[in-house]
Amino acid sequence: MTNFSHAQQEQNGSAGKTVTFSSDQGLLTDGGGAIAPLTLAYETYGKLNENKSNAILLCHALTGDQYAAGVHPVTGKTGWWDAMVGPGKPFDTDRYFIICSNVVGGCMGSTGPASINPRSSKPYGLDFPVVTIRDMVRAQSMLIDYLGIDTLFCVAGGSMGGMQVLQWAASYPQRVFSAMPIATAAKHSAQNIAFHEVGRQAVMADPDWRGGRYLEQGVRPEKGLAVARMSAHITYLSEAALQRKFGRKLQDRSAPTFSFDADFQIENYLRYQGLAFVERFDANSYLFVTRACDYFDLAADYGGVLARAFKETKTRFCVVAFDSDWLYPTSDSRSIVHALNAGGASVSFVEIESDKGHDAFLLHEPMFNATTRGFLESAAAARGLRDSLK
Amino acid sequence: MKQDPLNPRLDLDVIADLVTPGSRVLDVGCGDGALLQLLAQTKNVDGRGVELSQSGVNECVAKGLSVIQGDADTDLADYPDDGFDYVILSQTLQATRRPREALRNMLRIGRHAIVSFPNFGHWRVRTQLAIKGRMPVTGNLSNSWHDTPNIHLCTIRDFVELVEELGAHIAHGAALDRYGSPIRVNAPWWIWNLMGEQAVFLLERRAPQK
Repeated sequence: MTNFSHAQQEQNGSAGKTVTFSSDQGLLTDGGGAIAPLTLAYETYGKLNENKSNAILLCHALTGDQYAAGVHPVTGKTGWWDAMVGPGKPFDTDRYFIICSNVVGGCMGSTGPASINPRSSKPYGLDFPVVTIRDMVRAQSMLIDYLGIDTLFCVAGGSMGGMQVLQWAASYPQRVFSAMPIATAAKHSAQNIAFHEVGRQAVMADPDWRGGRYLEQGVRPEKGLAVARMSAHITYLSEAALQRKFGRKLQDRSAPTFSFDADFQIENYLRYQGLAFVERFDANSYLFVTRACDYFDLAADYGGVLARAFKETKTRFCVVAFDSDWLYPTSDSRSIVHALNAGGASVSFVEIESDKGHDAFLLHEPMFNATTRGFLESAAAARGLRDSLK
Repeated sequence: MKQDPLNPRLDLDVIADLVTPGSRVLDVGCGDGALLQLLAQTKNVDGRGVELSQSGVNECVAKGLSVIQGDADTDLADYPDDGFDYVILSQTLQATRRPREALRNMLRIGRHAIVSFPNFGHWRVRTQLAIKGRMPVTGNLSNSWHDTPNIHLCTIRDFVELVEELGAHIAHGAALDRYGSPIRVNAPWWIWNLMGEQAVFLLERRAPQK
């Protein structure tokens, strides 16, 4: 474990809990850069038990953050996994100690491109090192060290969070008792990279992006970022869900206006999603986190053979896919399962029926709920966790 | 474990008896995980399962079993050679699209294969077809012909022939009565083929595979 004599704990209002690793303890990135000092913003729910065996790390998706449950202090909405995290819920805060941290490169308190670059005393912008999923996980491991936790009872997350789960299991097998990679892939497909590139180009095409230096110039590329979010949002849904929810229904009107107003409800919905997003998310951060996903190819670090990433692993895995998810389709999850099988790992795999597309993992899906609960309960029994801390 | 005469899956106990304690077992078509659970409790095996239905997988995962959603036809090919000591296919062979491929894969993945199946050579089946002229519907095969998952039914003799074709060795074979209890008589094959409602076979590779 790292020596944290220089790590500082801070509590500052809406940013929740943060820890800062000083200049000599920063993060060296896969791309050869250095992020120092490194601040990680995190949230915890529930209580750590005496022998520190009940800690669960939740890894958030692309634009998520540390506020997994309860009311988000910035947006005022419920946390991204409130359906799954809380007292009596599958990630039961009466039973487990839940940790969720904002990824490095994010914009909800952890060091990212909007943070001040100590060298220039200006926001990093594009001078921020390109980070990878492995960098994010390395930063999280520093936080887990700092919290004095040796082995995590479970690491769970969906989408980009699922990539972090896979990376955790590969990089720190002895520290991960159980793992739930959900709606994810061991590598980003050409299609996934393509959608991300559309988003990034939309941001960069906004004149207010200013080569990434918009913060210094007092502007924000809101239009570009909103377009990026709109196009991405479509990929999180399914055709069936769009049809069921919107169809060709018109927005507050009985006839088309023969203009470029948002005549259709789906247009209005996407515009709203875009606007809501730019209020809480930094445009450069969006470039960096999408890039981290694009570079993710776990097998590449293991001679191109994914099974080698999980060789002789003792971690218990539960891989979950959703049948209408076309962004990270079931076949991606099956590749992970095949690799785990080939490595002789203990693995369960469920494809959940849902018409809600990729976003299904964030919503209340009873079967997903039951699977998670069952997997965690059996893992808790194997780990010797008592039923409740109460 | 005391047997319930109304439980149609008493073949599970017969199968469990064939498994060496502490071995690695893959149960293909593991349903709600009853056999895997039995094996974990009584034989301390390291068990894995494959099951097609989402509800079955969910039940298994909730019981703490490692089970993958998939089926014998499409997913066995992805398992490495010699990953398990036993690969079990209980009451599922007749529902596979390619039984021969499934068996071949089982013998590749495991050193042993255990297969149980309903015997289409049973006298009750034969008489329904011979006398009534109707597709047989019995306790073990309760679906009508147009609505059955059982697309590749076989008799004990058919099965033995296929095993020989695959070059495997029958280490143990048993015909079971309608409740799943072994018929404890020394009888020639044709008697078993007539009297057994189900059959359970323990197969081994005849020679090490190259």
